[in-house]
Amino acid sequence: MTSLRIYVVRRILLAIPTILILLTIVFVVMRVAGDPVSAILGGHAPAEQIERIKEQLGLNKPLYVQYLEYLWQLFHGDLGRSMIWGRRPVLVEILEHFPATLELSISAFIVSIFIGIITGVHSARNYNKPTDHMLRLYGIVTYALFIPWIGLILQLIFGVYLGWLPTSGRIDTLMEPKHITGLYVLDSILTLNIPSLISAIRHLILPSITLGIYLSGIYTRLTRSNMLEILRKDFITAAKARGLPEDTIIYKHALKNAFIPILTMMGLQFALLLAGAVLTETTFSWPGMGTFLAERIFYRDYTTVQGTIVFFALLVVSVSLIIDILYAYIDPRIRY
Amino acid sequence: MTPILSFSRLIASLKRISPRRGIEYCFTIIGFVITLSIILMAIFAPYIAPYDPTKRVGGLLEGPNSHFIMGTDSLGRDIFSRIIYGSRIVLRVTLLSIVISFFCGVPLGLIAGYVGGKLDSVLSLVMDAMYAFPGLILAIAIAAALGPSEITVSLAIAVIYIPTYFRMIRGHVLSLKESLFIEAARAIGARDRTIIFKYIFPNVILSIPIILSLNAADAVLTEAALSFLGLGPVTAPTPDWGMDLRMGHAYLAAKIWWPSTFPGLMIVLLTLGFSLLGEGISEILNPRLRR
Amino acid sequence: MGESILEVKGLKVYYYTREGVVRAVDNVDFFMEKGETVGLVGESGSGKSTLGFSILKLIPPPGKIVDGKIIFDGIDLTELDEKEMREIRGKRISMVFQDPMTSLNPLMKIGDHLVETIMTHEEVTREEAEERALALLRDVGIMPDRFHDYPHQFSGGMRQRVMIALALALNPDIVIADEPTSALDVIVQFQILDLMERLKKQYNVGMIFISHDISVVAEISDKIALMYAGQIVEYANAIPFFEEHLHPYAELLLQSVPNIELSDQKLKYIPGLPPDLLHPPSGCRFHPRCPYAESICKEKDPPLLEINTGHFVKCFRYK
Repeated sequence: MTSLRIYVVRRILLAIPTILILLTIVFVVMRVAGDPVSAILGGHAPAEQIERIKEQLGLNKPLYVQYLEYLWQLFHGDLGRSMIWGRRPVLVEILEHFPATLELSISAFIVSIFIGIITGVHSARNYNKPTDHMLRLYGIVTYALFIPWIGLILQLIFGVYLGWLPTSGRIDTLMEPKHITGLYVLDSILTLNIPSLISAIRHLILPSITLGIYLSGIYTRLTRSNMLEILRKDFITAAKARGLPEDTIIYKHALKNAFIPILTMMGLQFALLLAGAVLTETTFSWPGMGTFLAERIFYRDYTTVQGTIVFFALLVVSVSLIIDILYAYIDPRIRY
Repeated sequence: MTPILSFSRLIASLKRISPRRGIEYCFTIIGFVITLSIILMAIFAPYIAPYDPTKRVGGLLEGPNSHFIMGTDSLGRDIFSRIIYGSRIVLRVTLLSIVISFFCGVPLGLIAGYVGGKLDSVLSLVMDAMYAFPGLILAIAIAAALGPSEITVSLAIAVIYIPTYFRMIRGHVLSLKESLFIEAARAIGARDRTIIFKYIFPNVILSIPIILSLNAADAVLTEAALSFLGLGPVTAPTPDWGMDLRMGHAYLAAKIWWPSTFPGLMIVLLTLGFSLLGEGISEILNPRLRR
Repeated sequence: MGESILEVKGLKVYYYTREGVVRAVDNVDFFMEKGETVGLVGESGSGKSTLGFSILKLIPPPGKIVDGKIIFDGIDLTELDEKEMREIRGKRISMVFQDPMTSLNPLMKIGDHLVETIMTHEEVTREEAEERALALLRDVGIMPDRFHDYPHQFSGGMRQRVMIALALALNPDIVIADEPTSALDVIVQFQILDLMERLKKQYNVGMIFISHDISVVAEISDKIALMYAGQIVEYANAIPFFEEHLHPYAELLLQSVPNIELSDQKLKYIPGLPPDLLHPPSGCRFHPRCPYAESICKEKDPPLLEINTGHFVKCFRYK
């Protein structure tokens, strides 16, 4: 276990410079390259108002002082305060919206893995046959699908014309389950609240499929290429020579082996998942961090925008850290 | 798999592209046709578009009919004309962003790979951090901070792809740097610049078209996303697919689908065109699974 | 003469590659009896492994059985579909592979490989299958406490023992051993050979032992089939083969084997290059390298003729 512990410590230490660099990038982009004052006030504003904003944000101090203050605050978990509506702490507001994003991301992730693995396996199984070509095309096309457009088509078909599913929001009004985790589906199950559960799932379907389809193509391609590689290995031929049924060979022997590299890639796809979630949320008025970010950009709530982006950055780094560590637990070979 | 390639090998590998690899050819041709048609559409927009895209020419929200084949939007403007003109802005931003990321990423990669040492470590760390960051969110941050305009949006999109060029070029340079023929070139007294341009560049050039087309596909998607989020390069009434999609989206519940569906379809088509092109080229140039 | 178990007639296996048709197995006839061991010898690329794989119909694409019959226990295997072949594979004809390092599923326990194979072919409970698996492991010299180990915890020799246990798991009629010792250290090679010889008798199983090394084959085989360029050029019982081999290729091949007892002997080699199966030579495929080649050898392909009882040779010198 010592080698694992060393690996974990080293991996955490390696994450520190990445975090610092990301925070610096955000600082440079938002304060140095950008012009916060005009971003807030929009072009022409009276000098007195500009001064007040500068005072309020500490923009009249030297840049390095601003930078150190920025890091110091972040170090204490302080993302600043919103510039509108009662100046609430940004972190509090983010955490209010985070469960919605998490819920959407998890279910979209499940959808994408599900579609991706089935199509990828089929593609590899029918290597170089028409099925394979069609599924390869699927892998390319999904990547080109603009999320709001998939969302729009689904809304049009299943919401507007068929009327089967809601096209916006997270749950019907006054149906929110008791707050435990903030994930409505989970909370409804925990409180045995069936009407809430149904409502939450109905709202979740279209956004998850939208984001799920977009991400699935990557898993189709990944599964396909890994399966092709594995299916060419000696132990597959050996399994065939033992007369094992094809399904056993494909799913038990090949897919299981192909799954490890697919798992590694999942970590890398997290950034894409987050970016996709922002667009999906906006399309479906899903009250998560993406919608929140878009709304605050609109209101020029400068500190909140900066805070949300910092939060996204930290999220990406921590998730990749967690996945790497989990991966080391699963596969002992990675530690060396 | 050897990265060592001279010009003659490059030519040879281009000749190797034979029509026998049917499906890749299909993909590439389809991608090429889509991309080229949209580029031509942008260039000849004034000759193709039946109406002025910014003026009211018909009733409000008219469905597709013989006068307006894609209908009209909420301000009575011809959607077909707006789509044709809308290709201009997205292609301009795409081109500009590619140029910026190419001319930032490639030299940085060359320098980092060739010089090595501390400079390389620092640059690589920064690039890796940027690479890990969700591209769209980085672009949102930049566009929001700089205030949206054609230049800033292009810059925001360009930043996403700088690390890709950087990593690719740096990787090539590193693997080539120590290989024998560079040693040999140095031994006969070739200057650093000569080494870079004469030996490294031809090797790298094969990977460029693939990255360029994928970069273009991503740039189109990002431009559309920024416009959709209200951080686009232009303001009304200039036509822009992402912005038009956003505006048309409001009428969806009333079964008025045309103002949003058509601009969205164009975004998908153009992205698909670039991706197919890149996919086809990469399959043809690097046939990994060829037996 | 025992009972015939396998008869291959006029078998042709071609690979349809981009560069052209590779005639890996070209018109091969041979037969084997129950419980006997046939040593299939030839240079690499002579088609001996392709022949082995084609008996199980496991030729990788773009390879195809083009013509011929593979009659196993009265059934023509070339006529069977995939499902019917699965009943044969593992249960009646099994295989031991060249590289034990890559032939086991890295994510599957050793014991589970055996249990899975047994349970695929026979209606037994998991407990019964585990019991049989343990007995098999014991037979190949693996401790029962390693049942739950993963392949990466085993050495190459140990893995090959597992592969042998897998091949014997269902008491097959024939085991095809494709260069089973080539990837192993010399000492381990001998251990594995000993083991195979012992188990062959214990399980009373027929074996096709494929190897490029004629000295390895000599130890274990009852019969020798010598392959050259996709064809069997000589086929005989082991003793007559080594004592009075007839084909010029056999002569040259046996001369090229280093002999420790005659230490002053110079190492001989066969002049010329192995044939290119994309463009095989006309007539007898060995003629470009044959010291006895005559004009007829260039023009006509000699037939495989029985010169003495059970001793076949494909050469114009014997008519």
